[in-house]
Amino acid sequence: MRYLLMIYTNEELENGMSEEEKQAMYGEYFGFTEAIQKQGIHRAGEALQPVATATTVSVRGGKVITTDGPYAETKEQLGGFYLVETDSIDGAIAAAAKIPGAKHGFIEVRPIIDFD
Amino acid sequence: MAIDDSIDLEARLERPGTAAGARQALRRALEEAALERPRLIAGLMARFRDLEIAEDALHSAFEEALEQWPRRGLPERPAAWLATAAHRRAVDQLRRLGRWRAKQELLLHESPQYEEPAADASRDLLDVVDDEVLCLLFTCCHPALAREAQVALMLHTVCGLRTEEIARAFLLPRATLAQRLVRAKRKIRDAGIPFQVPPRSLLHERLDQVLLTVYLIFNEGHGSTSPGGAELCREAHRLAGLLRELMPEEGEIEGLLALIELCEARRAARRDADGSYVELARQDRGLWDRAAIERACARVESALRRGRVGPFQVQAAIQAVHAEAARWEDTDWPQIVGLYEVLERMQPTPVVRLNRAVALRYAGDPRASLALLQEDEVRRELDAYAPYHAALAEALATLGRGHEAATSWRRAAGLTEEPAARAWLEERAGVAQP
Repeated sequence: MRYLLMIYTNEELENGMSEEEKQAMYGEYFGFTEAIQKQGIHRAGEALQPVATATTVSVRGGKVITTDGPYAETKEQLGGFYLVETDSIDGAIAAAAKIPGAKHGFIEVRPIIDFD
Repeated sequence: MAIDDSIDLEARLERPGTAAGARQALRRALEEAALERPRLIAGLMARFRDLEIAEDALHSAFEEALEQWPRRGLPERPAAWLATAAHRRAVDQLRRLGRWRAKQELLLHESPQYEEPAADASRDLLDVVDDEVLCLLFTCCHPALAREAQVALMLHTVCGLRTEEIARAFLLPRATLAQRLVRAKRKIRDAGIPFQVPPRSLLHERLDQVLLTVYLIFNEGHGSTSPGGAELCREAHRLAGLLRELMPEEGEIEGLLALIELCEARRAARRDADGSYVELARQDRGLWDRAAIERACARVESALRRGRVGPFQVQAAIQAVHAEAARWEDTDWPQIVGLYEVLERMQPTPVVRLNRAVALRYAGDPRASLALLQEDEVRRELDAYAPYHAALAEALATLGRGHEAATSWRRAAGLTEEPAARAWLEERAGVAQP
C-alpha cells in the first residue's frame, strides 16, 4: 500500500535555527531519504516553502477566489512530505518515526486510495 | 449470553410448535458454537481481510442456522457448519459488491494454498491455526486504533458482546459505540492495518498493548456495580485465557491472568449486603475463593521464574501477598513496599507512588510515606484524586497531626461521589479533629 507521510513542524522553530543547525537538519533529511530509497519504499518526497508563500484557492459560483495564506492556521505547518509504499501501516509508521521532524513535530500518515 | 449482535435468541426460540427439548438442544448448539467466535472471525479475516464482511457473514450464518437446524436437525459440529456457511456468505457478499475477483486475485497472490471450498466442504474451515486467532487480537489492538476502539473491537468482534451491552457497560449511547466500531473496522481495512503476528522486533511492545486493552476491559468491569460489570470481567478473563493458550511462554500474559483471577477470587467479599464497596482491609476473608487464590498464586510464581518480569506480574504478586494473609493485620507490608518499588521502576506514575506511600505507612514508616506523598509531582498530579487525600490524611493522623489530617479527610470527602464512602470520610475527619 502507498502512504503519504505529511510532516508538520513549527516553522518558527526552524526560523530560529542557526545556519549550522539548518545544515545539520538538511543532512538528517538527506540521510533519511537515502535510507528509504535503499529500502525500496521511497516513491516521492519534497520539502515545501514556508506557509507565508501559500495561496488558498476555491471556486464559488463559478468564480475563482484566491486567498493569501494556508487553508488552516495552525501551530504546526505542513512543511514537506514523503510518499512511501509498504506492505502495511506498520512499515509506514516505522518510516514516519525516522523522519527527523518527528522528534519535535508530528507526522500524519494517510493511506492512498487505490482505484485499480 | 448473546450469540451475535442483533439476534435475540430468546425471541427466536419462541417458535410455535417447537418442543421444549428441541428448543433446549438448539440453544445449546448455538451457544456452544458462539464460544468459537474468535476462531470463526479469525478464519474469515484470514481469508477476506475485512472485519465488516467477516462479521456480517457470521451473522448471516447464525441466521441460516436458526432457519435450518430446527427443520433439518442439528449438524454434528455446529461451529464447523457455521464456518462453512459464513464463508459462503462472505463470498456471496463480495460478489454482490463486485469485489470478489479483485479479492480472489489478492488471496491467490498471498496464499497459494488457498482454494474455494467445495460445496460439500470436506475441508474444515474451522481448522484455524492459533496464529490466525492471535493475528485477530493483534489487529484489534493495533496502536493506530484509539484505545476505546480497541476495547470495543475486542468485546464486540472477538467476544461477541452486543453493541447495547457494551454501550451500557461504558455508559455510552448505543449510536456512539456503533459508530466507533464501524470506523475502527473500516480503518483496519482502508489504512492497511496488518493481520499478522508482529515481527519479533515489535512483538513485546504490541503484546503489551493487547494486554493493556484486556486489562482496561477488566478494570472497567471491576469498578462497576452493574451486572454488565461482571460480564466485562468474565470476558477479560476469557481473553487473557485465550492469549495464554496461544502464547504459553509469555510471563506477562500469565501475570495478567493471575491478577484478574486474584481480584475475581475476592468478588463475593467486595460488596456488602447493600451493594456498597468494601475495601480490602474490611473484607470478610472467609468469603474469598481459596482454591482460586491458590491456583493464581502458583501462576504468579511460575511466571516470575521465567524472566521478562513485567508490570502485570508485579501487580499480581502484590495481590498474591494480600491474598495469602489470613487477616489484614498479617499482611507482609515490607514485601509489598518492595514490590511497589519494582513496579515504580517499570511504571514511574504518580498512582504507583501513591500506592507505595500507602504501603510504607502500613509497613510502619509513616514519615517516609508522608515525604513521598508531599513530593511536588505527586501532589500536583493527584490533587483531584480522593484516594490521594485519604492517604495523606492517614499518614498525618498516624504522626499525630490531627488538624492537618482532618483537612485532608474533608478534601477527600469533597472529591467522593458515592454517599456511603463520603459519609465514612467525613466521619474520619470528625474523629481526627473532634
